[in-house]
Amino acid sequence: MGKIQLKQVTKKFGDVQVIPPLDLTIEDGEFAVFVGPSGCGKSTLLRMIAGLEDLTTGTIAIDDADATDTPPAKRGLAMVFQSYALYPHMSVRKNIAFPLRMAKMDKAEQDRRIAAAASALNLTDYLDRRPGQLSGGQRQRVAIGRAIVREPSAFLFDEPLSNLDAALRVGMRLEICEMHERLKTTMIYVTHDQVEAMTMADKIVVLQAGVIEQVGSPLELYHAPRNLFVAGFIGSPKMNLISGPEAAKRDAVTIGIRPEHIDVSDSGGMWQGKVGVAEHLGSDTFFHIHDTGLAEMITVRAPGEVSFRHGDTIHLTPRADQIHRFDAEGLRLS
Amino acid sequence: MATHQSRSAARLMMAPAVVLLLGWMLVPLSMTLYFSFKKYLPLRGGDLGWVGLENYTRFVTSSAFWPSVQATLVIVGAVLVITIVLGILLAMLLDQPMWGQGIVRILVIAPFFVMPTVSALVWKNMFMDPVNGLFAHLWQFFGLAPIEWLSQASMTSIIMIVSWQWLPFATLILLTAIQSLDGEQMEAAEMDGAPALSKFFHLVLPHMARAITIVVLIQMIFLLSIFAEIFVTTQGSFGTRTLTYLIYQRVLESQNVGLGSAGGIFAVILANIIAIFLMRIVGKNLDA
Ligand SMILES: Nc1ncnc2c1ncn2[C@@H]1O[C@H](COP(=O)(O)OP(=O)(O)O)[C@@H](O)[C@H]1O
Ligand SMILES: [Mg+2]
Repeated sequence: MGKIQLKQVTKKFGDVQVIPPLDLTIEDGEFAVFVGPSGCGKSTLLRMIAGLEDLTTGTIAIDDADATDTPPAKRGLAMVFQSYALYPHMSVRKNIAFPLRMAKMDKAEQDRRIAAAASALNLTDYLDRRPGQLSGGQRQRVAIGRAIVREPSAFLFDEPLSNLDAALRVGMRLEICEMHERLKTTMIYVTHDQVEAMTMADKIVVLQAGVIEQVGSPLELYHAPRNLFVAGFIGSPKMNLISGPEAAKRDAVTIGIRPEHIDVSDSGGMWQGKVGVAEHLGSDTFFHIHDTGLAEMITVRAPGEVSFRHGDTIHLTPRADQIHRFDAEGLRLS
Repeated sequence: MATHQSRSAARLMMAPAVVLLLGWMLVPLSMTLYFSFKKYLPLRGGDLGWVGLENYTRFVTSSAFWPSVQATLVIVGAVLVITIVLGILLAMLLDQPMWGQGIVRILVIAPFFVMPTVSALVWKNMFMDPVNGLFAHLWQFFGLAPIEWLSQASMTSIIMIVSWQWLPFATLILLTAIQSLDGEQMEAAEMDGAPALSKFFHLVLPHMARAITIVVLIQMIFLLSIFAEIFVTTQGSFGTRTLTYLIYQRVLESQNVGLGSAGGIFAVILANIIAIFLMRIVGKNLDA
């Protein structure tokens, strides 16, 4: 079990309100990702759930039981920190065993759990090393191992992959997803990287300045962003946002069109512009297009290799059914 | 770049410092060695020739020798234990956020800047005086007979004075160590359900091991040669005659330079034995 409910939760540091009143429910077994720009209060929110930070007002319930004043160790949650926070003077085995020793679990059960975690995380050969003798990826696994052995009702991850290099990050991302498939335990995962959010989440919570902008599945957020912030934050490359006459034509203040929903041609189309930088990825080509009269720059994603060069004139046609419309407050019109 | 020229240039430039240091260390040491093999009584005939190892055997076989070694070890050991234990507690206290932190920290460091002679005099006259001392008043307040600290509890008194002087040093070094402890580690332990004592023994103490080692080694070097505190208070009586003080008495009170020099060589040997011993116990913390 691992259902977590936040009701009217707020947080102030001194006079600074970091989290305005916020309601959120995370269902049992869900993989929830908090995503938002740096400093928007994701860590603060996670630490409040963990019990490491007091709430200013509001309540937290875990499995329908009030846990607002429950100390961290009693909440049955395990946390993986950004810095890994391994105990440097203990071997990997002792690190993983630490929460079990603190819970005074019997030795045989401890050994069984450690062995299971170590083999699941490919750590068996490193159990007698110190954290200082491990690579970043291995340390990350030890931190996860220390969380797994407790068999918590939910895992909390605070940007666990941000200290790893790009290749390792993709690998660990997969492993965490597989771990979720296997354990079916609730996971709350904090990241500022929308790609991580899109690839891993069952439910994404988009935060800005402590306010929840939208909650939904990755595809809901992709297809129906509730406002301009979510529209601009989710998706890579970013959605093109166009205001002015083009938007007015469609009864909106701003319209948005994703780069992958614009067709290109050299002969004719709805809009036209000059090709700036072209990024050839092989599978796709990204064009930065200027002088369209619509916005500073329009990004277009064309599948495969398309041979436009710097300075060429290009014609663009947005797919009508993929245009997002927003009102003066930046809210979605449907 | 360690080319041939730069190496010889470096040697040339280091030479004055090396020569100075060698002279500084070797001249007194060789003079001590030289005198330790002579019968040399400045006021009773001066240099009376070589006597071989006689000074050494006399020094060791004198009834004062072993008690003085013991007194030295007791003082060094007790002060080390007291300063480390209280130092850790004080450091943890000072690490807490509190009002007036800066001033409190300066106050805690202050005793270190008081000269040993002065602090011993202050303790002797203001605290430990059996008639006017603060302790005497305190004891009387509770209806007890005042203790004559320096004669009845001479060793305790000296250990108290010296610990008071060295506690700031230990606290300062240990405080910097505590401040460098990673906050997320403590939070991880919190989530792992570690009670305060477990956190202390499993995280804080191992983290401070290196700082403790440094405090032990540095203090030991200085504590082996404490002198002013004894000179000002008990003058070496009531079992507080350390090796250093015994040597002083042999040279200046008995005017026997040869005998004192032999004692000096023993002190050097004792310091080295303890140093090697401690290095072996705690040394593994240094290269970890
Ligand atoms: N202990 C603290 N004291 C004061 N301000 C804090 C503290 N922790 C975080 N903040 C502030 O709260 C805001 C949110 O921080 P945080 O939750 O760490 O953001 P994120 O994890 O989304 O990058 C930031 O503006 C930060 O400066
Ligand atoms: Mg953060």
